[in-house]
Amino acid sequence: MNLIALFAATLVTVTPLLYATIGEILCERAGVLNLGIEGTMYAGAFVGFAITAATGSIGVGLLAAVVAGALAGLLMGLLTVSLGVNQHVAGIGTTLLLIGLSEFVNRLRFGGGTLTQVPKMDLLFPGVPFLEMYALTLVAFAVVAPLTWWVLRSTGAGLRLRAVGENPEAADAAGINVSRTRYAALVVGGALMAVGGAFLTLAVLGTFTLNITNGRGWVAIALVIFARWRIGPAVLGGLLFAVIDAGQLQLAIMPAFAHVPRELLIALPYLVVIAALALAGEGLRYPGAYLKPYRRI
Amino acid sequence: MGTTPLVALHGIRKSYGDLLVNDGVDLDVRPGEIHAILGENGAGKTTLMRVIYGLTTPDAGRIEVGGAPVSIASPRDAIAAGIGMVTQHFALVRPMTVLENVLLSSAGLGPPDTEGARRRFAEATELLGVDIDPDVRIEDLSVGEQQRVEIAKTLYQGARVLILDEPTAVLVPQDARALFDALRRLTASGLGVLFISHKLHEVAEISHRVSVLRQGRIVDTRPTGSSTPAELAELMVGRSVAAVLRDERRVGPGPSNDEAVVIAVEHVSLDGSTGKRLLDDVDLRVHRGEILAIAGVSGNGQRELADILSGMRMPSSGHVRVGRQDITGATPTQVVACGLGRIPEDRHGSVVDDLSVEENLVLEDLGQFRRGPFLDKRAIRRRAEELIARFAIKAAPTDRIGGLSGGNMQKVLLARVLAKDPRAILVAQPTRGLDVGAGEYVHQQLLARRADGAAILLISEDLDEILALADRVAVIFDGAIMGIVDAATTTRAELGLMMAGTPQQALGGAA
Ligand SMILES: Nc1ncnc2c1ncn2[C@@H]1O[C@H](COP(=O)(O)OP(=O)(O)O)[C@@H](O)[C@H]1O
Ligand SMILES: [Mg+2]
Repeated sequence: MNLIALFAATLVTVTPLLYATIGEILCERAGVLNLGIEGTMYAGAFVGFAITAATGSIGVGLLAAVVAGALAGLLMGLLTVSLGVNQHVAGIGTTLLLIGLSEFVNRLRFGGGTLTQVPKMDLLFPGVPFLEMYALTLVAFAVVAPLTWWVLRSTGAGLRLRAVGENPEAADAAGINVSRTRYAALVVGGALMAVGGAFLTLAVLGTFTLNITNGRGWVAIALVIFARWRIGPAVLGGLLFAVIDAGQLQLAIMPAFAHVPRELLIALPYLVVIAALALAGEGLRYPGAYLKPYRRI
Repeated sequence: MGTTPLVALHGIRKSYGDLLVNDGVDLDVRPGEIHAILGENGAGKTTLMRVIYGLTTPDAGRIEVGGAPVSIASPRDAIAAGIGMVTQHFALVRPMTVLENVLLSSAGLGPPDTEGARRRFAEATELLGVDIDPDVRIEDLSVGEQQRVEIAKTLYQGARVLILDEPTAVLVPQDARALFDALRRLTASGLGVLFISHKLHEVAEISHRVSVLRQGRIVDTRPTGSSTPAELAELMVGRSVAAVLRDERRVGPGPSNDEAVVIAVEHVSLDGSTGKRLLDDVDLRVHRGEILAIAGVSGNGQRELADILSGMRMPSSGHVRVGRQDITGATPTQVVACGLGRIPEDRHGSVVDDLSVEENLVLEDLGQFRRGPFLDKRAIRRRAEELIARFAIKAAPTDRIGGLSGGNMQKVLLARVLAKDPRAILVAQPTRGLDVGAGEYVHQQLLARRADGAAILLISEDLDEILALADRVAVIFDGAIMGIVDAATTTRAELGLMMAGTPQQALGGAA
């Protein structure tokens, strides 16, 4: 097995998961289960691609994806915070809407035989073993993960966010605006998820294809629970999933595994997720206000 | 009076739908005074306090702070105006530390000034005369300690007026003493306190002035010293109150020999899922014609004991019997068939809210109201009408039970159980949340059953209720019985010490 290739593939696989998982942790710590995650990633992938195609600038495309993700977060906020809609329904609805919308616009603008190619992000340190990676990967590990960890743990903003997700009545009585805090978490969380999606089009593929996110949002949902809403374990969990996913690709091309059904190998990382969740299930402590809308009575 | 009130309310009105909860309330708090708001359950006390703290917007009326009109639209405004509130259910984030909870109200978005917060919090606890470690988690504190954190938090926020909503409801008597001492210290330093309660003796002890709230109106405000508890009770209820008095009873307790034991709890223990003992060798006998009360702060094993007796849970060891029958591990239906009637703590969990009064009344004996495979509606109606008359339930047979007041719902439950003439009765918190009238009725019914020879196991947190009803009192703490005393000769102090975990043997001559 080629270690260097395995490492590089792992970094590519883990990057969108990291953005999505960290975004979801922010939402859930504020008390909102954001099942709009899959759709938000999808929209991020599409908008990043479409705007890059239109402007020729990856930077502008990425920025557009961020805006799209923030808007998706606003939509979730409108539904779950302002209107108090059931969070499962709101999230699945948002996902269906965003996937449908992306597909629809994609057909209008880019329909036809050939795939439209856009410029791809460059690798940092190309050719250097173990250092070759995309800037977004480096940013995820070196900035986004440590920064969210620090914000949640050591700042007033993080304290408020956690309080709102644990006990909104107490937060309200302490003078914290519960709705505004939840909106902020959803908007920032949505933007992160969308960056994860945009990574798929702008770094990995350089184009947009049907079913591009392929359930990565749902994997992130599982990772959040596996990590018990903590950043550190989420990074480790993401790496575990990614290394198995990258590993099964390498196994598949090894002669010894030639007779193993391809589908089984593809299913492997997901089976690991299910097993990990089953093991992590004991003694889980969900955020106190998980799934609960807040209204003053 | 010369001093400007710290907070003054003028004509506060608030309604929920058709229900007028606060009806033109005028009220003020002066520096250095404890102003008690006395009223029955449902009088509108909590709603009024929520208005002052910005948790509810009133329909009409104004609020002045230090003589100047203010608009309080949220707790943030109230805190800025120097108002602090400790709600009935504490507004604390349990998995967070004390310091984090304190910081909630003062932190901006960036890294908070924890050192400054520690210092100011220490000043607040010193003013309060208590010692609180800022680094422990809330969930590791006792209820009394959590309350102290809440009060210290309001002082930290710079409160000049402190609102306490039924603060003693969750405390053992010793903690209540400590709270009163702390309040006196605070008023001595110039704070004003609004003390909400429905307990007369507390109000008489701690407050300088008292306002009586009845059906949303202030019926009178007067210096506490100028009226007797009986007068206050009358004001509160709107008529003279005949509290159940021990010596009014016609019959003494039944014989207490082995023959007369009806409910027996024999060395019952229960292990929790985390290995913690929920019940530890509980051993009790209730005799014919006797009321045995279980006193204790809630959460000390009362619910588990009730669950075991009602057949909802299996003890880890030990036996429970009704009469001669061993009901350990029997199903709830078998337990009822043995003659044990249950009036549980959670009323809403014991009726089906969406069904009618008549349907709920026959729910446990549908078998008797059948014609072939169908329900005999006419027989059900007859039965319901009879019970409604007999138990003075203010409702029609077809009313949805979820819409009834707590008192009427409790009467439906009483009717359902007592109509079967059970020889043993298990009743938990029978008057919690009821108004005085309904509470009295429930007490009379229980005493009537006792006179008829039923054995009653009464679980209650209310010492007044226990002292009025019980023949003997068993005190439970942390799953173990601390001691069993004669209700006629025990004192609140003795019960309080046991409720706080001192076994009876250790009390010696102290009590
Ligand atoms: N949010 C609400 N919606 C409808 N009715 C309410 C609400 N809050 C309180 N009430 C009703 O208002 C009345 C007064 O309640 P409350 O202020 O809690 O009384 P107290 O604190 O004196 O027991 C009660 O009848 C209660 O059912
Ligand atoms: Mg109240």
